Amino acid sequence: MKTKEEISMLIKNEKLIELWRHPNGKIGIIISVVLVLMAVFAPLISPYDPNYPDTANRLAPPSTKHLFGTDQLGRDILSRIIWGSRISLSIAFLAVFVTSVIGLVVGLVSGYYGGKIDILLMRITDIFMAFPRLVLALAFASALGPGIYNVIIAISIVYWSFYARLIRGVVLQIRNELYIQAAKAVGASDLRIMFRHILPMVTAPLLVQATLDIGGTILLASGLGFLGIGVQPPTPEWGVMVSEGRRFITHEWWVSTFPGLFILIATLGFNLLGDALRDVLDVKLKR
Amino acid sequence: MRVRKLIARRIALMIFVLWGIITITFIVARVIPADPIGSILGPQAPPELVEKLRKEWGLDKPLYQQYFDYIINVLHGDFGKSIKTNRPVLEDLKQFFPATIELATFSLIIAVLIGVPLGILSALKKDSAIDYLSRMFALTGVSTPVFWLGLVLLYLFYYKIQIFPEPGRLSVGVQPPDPITGMILLDSLLRGKFDVFLDALKHIILPSIVLGFYNSAYIMRITRASVLEVISQEYVRMAIAKGLRRRKVILKHVFRNAMIPIVTVIGITYGSLLEGAVLTETIFAWPGLGRYATQAFLSLDYNAVVGATFLIALVYSLVNLVVDVLYIYIDPRTRGALEG
Repeated sequence: MKTKEEISMLIKNEKLIELWRHPNGKIGIIISVVLVLMAVFAPLISPYDPNYPDTANRLAPPSTKHLFGTDQLGRDILSRIIWGSRISLSIAFLAVFVTSVIGLVVGLVSGYYGGKIDILLMRITDIFMAFPRLVLALAFASALGPGIYNVIIAISIVYWSFYARLIRGVVLQIRNELYIQAAKAVGASDLRIMFRHILPMVTAPLLVQATLDIGGTILLASGLGFLGIGVQPPTPEWGVMVSEGRRFITHEWWVSTFPGLFILIATLGFNLLGDALRDVLDVKLKR
Repeated sequence: MRVRKLIARRIALMIFVLWGIITITFIVARVIPADPIGSILGPQAPPELVEKLRKEWGLDKPLYQQYFDYIINVLHGDFGKSIKTNRPVLEDLKQFFPATIELATFSLIIAVLIGVPLGILSALKKDSAIDYLSRMFALTGVSTPVFWLGLVLLYLFYYKIQIFPEPGRLSVGVQPPDPITGMILLDSLLRGKFDVFLDALKHIILPSIVLGFYNSAYIMRITRASVLEVISQEYVRMAIAKGLRRRKVILKHVFRNAMIPIVTVIGITYGSLLEGAVLTETIFAWPGLGRYATQAFLSLDYNAVVGATFLIALVYSLVNLVVDVLYIYIDPRTRGALEG
């Protein structure tokens, strides 16, 4: 006889195997794992110091010595991309974590209690959803000033409302299920019902949305960096690097092209993973 | 009657949301920055000038007073003067807005041309290599930084093989037609200037591809899901069972019913095009709202920031309102859901 934990482990493994068999899922897993490893081991694998200016070697084209060439200060672009993965991934993971927590609390409370609290909270989300994401993030990021933490705050302000809506929707669907009623009948507290009985039901859609949004926030943060409103130079943030190379695009195309390619690959990786997760976990999301 | 009540409710919500938008822009422009004047003028600014601007902006008044003045001004369309252009912000917005509408509309056409056929193909060949490749293509679109794709395409198609012209709306030396709508493509046709129209058309293609590709993914996904859902319906299986040809079934039974969600998604996409325009316009020197907003954000031109943010959010919510109302009309089944 298997214990409860063993059975749940087995189910998770099955889902993982299914994810690995999904053509897009496999590519997504590979890309995201490689990126995370790249960020973790950046000091070990980057060939040069990302901020060391080799002034004799400015704007050098890609070669065996500098795989992706050097930038206008003679810094090795590959090394800057590798270190940059730390910036992009930490912004994305932190922002998505913060938004998930806020959205989870708001969505649970709103869906579970309903009534006036629900109306109030949902009207607030309506306001935040009335802005296009990039525009709202731009507005807050520029008001808060430059810096990684301000970017994370700005992105969290933009995204939380989508999570609140998502979670609330799921809670509304299951609120009147028999097992919730039963838990209430035996005298379980609201907190206990929310965390023991409702939370497990929202993890699948939450996981899918969060994975997709890691891609989305990498893109959004790099857009802010590109516009000069997010992370500032000399930090090797990918969007900042594309922006710095913009002046040289006609001749020294590599300065902008490679960092941009990594924004694309990273975003695509998490989007593929999220898309495959949606298939595997059979989650239906509105957006 | 029920429909009318629903629409009235939706419009009431819109008014509330507008108030919210005004409040958020107020917070962004006046509450978060510790010293709006100081951050614009810099630390060496003469104190008389700082004092003068403080008075002019009403920053010497208490916050709640500023807030009420602010709401009244915005409702009158008065966003104050832009520091950068030294003109009323409303004038600026009127000038830059048509360019963005033009770009967004053209991009929408491209997004639909990519998204709808790919979605249908993907659904009809579900779980085949074509399905996965189409989904991959669409996901690549939504994962591509538009600012970077714009640069790469400009490098390839303007600098290297010169099939598309330089950034901007028109070539140097080409006179824009006298404005009627402010949209050059439309105005040049209305004025009968076909050479200007062709020049403008060449200029809009590249930025529209960039923006359209990014937005095609969502259209593709909904098209796929929608076609898949209709295909599995009883009446479609019935039609096939009766021996109708597959082609005919797909055209007559599937597409007609699958179009409803697709139409609404196209509406929603229009809103997100406005957002993509911010980055695309920066790359393609497109003198639209997005570029105006970005420059305002960078130079801390708060009046312009508020004006542009407000207008973009306003259009975005109006589009959503129209989509919701259309939805209520097109698909009676949603009425119950919206009421609940």
